[in-house]
Amino acid sequence: MSPATETKQKIRVVVAKPGLDGHDRGAKIIARALRDAGMEVIYTGLHQTPEQIAETVIQEDADAVGLSVLSGAHMTLVPRVVELLKDQGVEDVVITVGGTIPADDIPELKKLGVAEVFTPGASTDEIIDFVRGAVAAR
Amino acid sequence: MAVEFEARRRAHQWMEEVYAETPEREATFTTISGQEIKPLYTEEDRADSERDLGYPGSYPYTRGVYPSMYRGRLWTMRQFAGFGTAEETNERFHYLLDRGNKGLSTAFDMPTLMGLDSDHGRSLGEVGVEGVAIDTVDDVETLFAGIPLDEVTTSMTINAPAAIMLAFYVVAADEQGMPAERLGGTIQTDILKEYIAQKEWCFPIEPAMRLVGDMIEWSSQQMPRWHPISISGYHIREAGSTAAQELAFTLKDGFTYVEQAIERGLDVDDFAPRLSFFFNAHIDFFEEISKYRAARRIWAREMRDTYGATRPESLRMRFHTQTAGVSLTAQQPLVNIVRTTIEALAGVIGGTQSLHTNSYDEALALPTEEAVQIALRTQQVIAHESGVANTIDPLGGSYFVESLTDELERAAYEYFARIDELGGMVDAVKRNFPQREIADAAFTYQQEVDSGKRIVVGVNDYRSDDGAELPILKIDKALERKQVGRVEATKARRDSAEVERTLAELRAAAATDANLMPLIIDCARARVSEGEMIASLQQVFGTYSEAPIF
Repeated sequence: MSPATETKQKIRVVVAKPGLDGHDRGAKIIARALRDAGMEVIYTGLHQTPEQIAETVIQEDADAVGLSVLSGAHMTLVPRVVELLKDQGVEDVVITVGGTIPADDIPELKKLGVAEVFTPGASTDEIIDFVRGAVAAR
Repeated sequence: MAVEFEARRRAHQWMEEVYAETPEREATFTTISGQEIKPLYTEEDRADSERDLGYPGSYPYTRGVYPSMYRGRLWTMRQFAGFGTAEETNERFHYLLDRGNKGLSTAFDMPTLMGLDSDHGRSLGEVGVEGVAIDTVDDVETLFAGIPLDEVTTSMTINAPAAIMLAFYVVAADEQGMPAERLGGTIQTDILKEYIAQKEWCFPIEPAMRLVGDMIEWSSQQMPRWHPISISGYHIREAGSTAAQELAFTLKDGFTYVEQAIERGLDVDDFAPRLSFFFNAHIDFFEEISKYRAARRIWAREMRDTYGATRPESLRMRFHTQTAGVSLTAQQPLVNIVRTTIEALAGVIGGTQSLHTNSYDEALALPTEEAVQIALRTQQVIAHESGVANTIDPLGGSYFVESLTDELERAAYEYFARIDELGGMVDAVKRNFPQREIADAAFTYQQEVDSGKRIVVGVNDYRSDDGAELPILKIDKALERKQVGRVEATKARRDSAEVERTLAELRAAAATDANLMPLIIDCARARVSEGEMIASLQQVFGTYSEAPIF
């Protein structure tokens, strides 16, 4: 690690599981990969409401939040998290979504303010690079 | 002895003098679970056939649980289905039965699995999305309308609220004139694997286990054709475990239920024949076949030697298999048909009693009817064209498969010992032991894929853009409103005094040792909803949340 990156603040990321499904393999892998890449990772655990997630993002003063949804309820849950963050005046958190998201829904999610959507097959390196770049570009 | 020694000497000589002289290609020769595989297996790797193999239908059942296996009867082609309200799923059931499906299997939506009614705030956006929404006995009546419940067997994939769903089924059938003793089928009920892997829970572990015990006891007496629990490795594997972990944690869960039933005073030979299992069929062909063979042998041995079972039915491990959802890719989805075929073949060669084949579009959404039809046809081709069903345990005696079977068995016993050191499965789960082992395995696998050490066609190699635009099944948003309307209508027309009375009795009994099944049935008959029963029981039992580890 170069001295420049050592003095830099660690990126703080919340990895969150909104909704009622228990598919946490992806969320846990991403959480661990981001941590191994030197970020500070807060994993919310399962079955979180949008309200709980927004609160965690604010309390943890996160730079980014990754929402993992594999229940098909992303078009209900993701807009709600985005809206709650906006209502609280949080505008600069990088929001990403991962999971089984049909291609048709991706443009709509991005229009709402989601920075990127990662679907099955995305590599952890790809996600790490994206979060680094997007947080730096804020 | 001299012959054995001679065989070993020749194998070693071949390895050192012939094989070692030929270069290997650049690749990792391990199973998908990371098990090292040798270039060649020979006589020296073979099991003690007399003790470990036996014959089909006889101890230790390594070669199959029935004497004739598929020459007597093919496996049951049982496709899992459910979405929207009971009406839409009932139509899909009729579609499947018309195309040769022999058993029904119900997928429930997330609110139903978590014990929440469709009109609950937390259900919003999830009603009827990943399965069918069921709130009251009225929904179950609609779900099975026009289906002769004594002719098909039904499977219901639900766990934390399983006792309530079984009560709905029994009441719905009874109101159609079908007594409980004629109902055949399976309800999953395996709550331990929920805490380990699938994570759909309602109560803390101990009261949840008590409810499982109540159900096993009640159905042992009232429903001779019913399997009250399907001990499931499927979800453990989907969560990222290795084959050995799936085998070990599932069997250990099974032994835990057996121990509980014995502690409640049940005779092992009364309930053990009703236990069934549910395994994953992942893409590593030989490893999966070996896994099923090892599972049968371990179960038979432990049931006989540790738990004192004597009836052959108690020793036979019968299982359902589903191909690995986790192996499907969103990229080039038609390639998933090939993956599913290999996996289904492993299930069949491994001696499964029933099989669900996944549809090629399931990494994208719930399957379309066309995709489901191809999945079912895959099983029919295997059954009627491939010839693999002509003989029993066709890979029995294979040096490689016998050796891998032994190896998986050894790995399972190693896990049993570690779990015992932690005080048994319930304590191991509370200490996150299986959860952590699975998360580690999932992470290791992902690293292998990300580094290119392991190739997944279309994902990290052989990529192409074609085939991305598939028609997928979209769940109509109006179905959620329709279901909310259905539960509100039932709640409006029922006798509220009867609802209060039955719920109060259920709550009171929950605080005692009484078997709760009869009280849950009373509630179901009074049109008490699933969510109302769960909320009442939570007042006594409490709720559960896990420490998030990664």
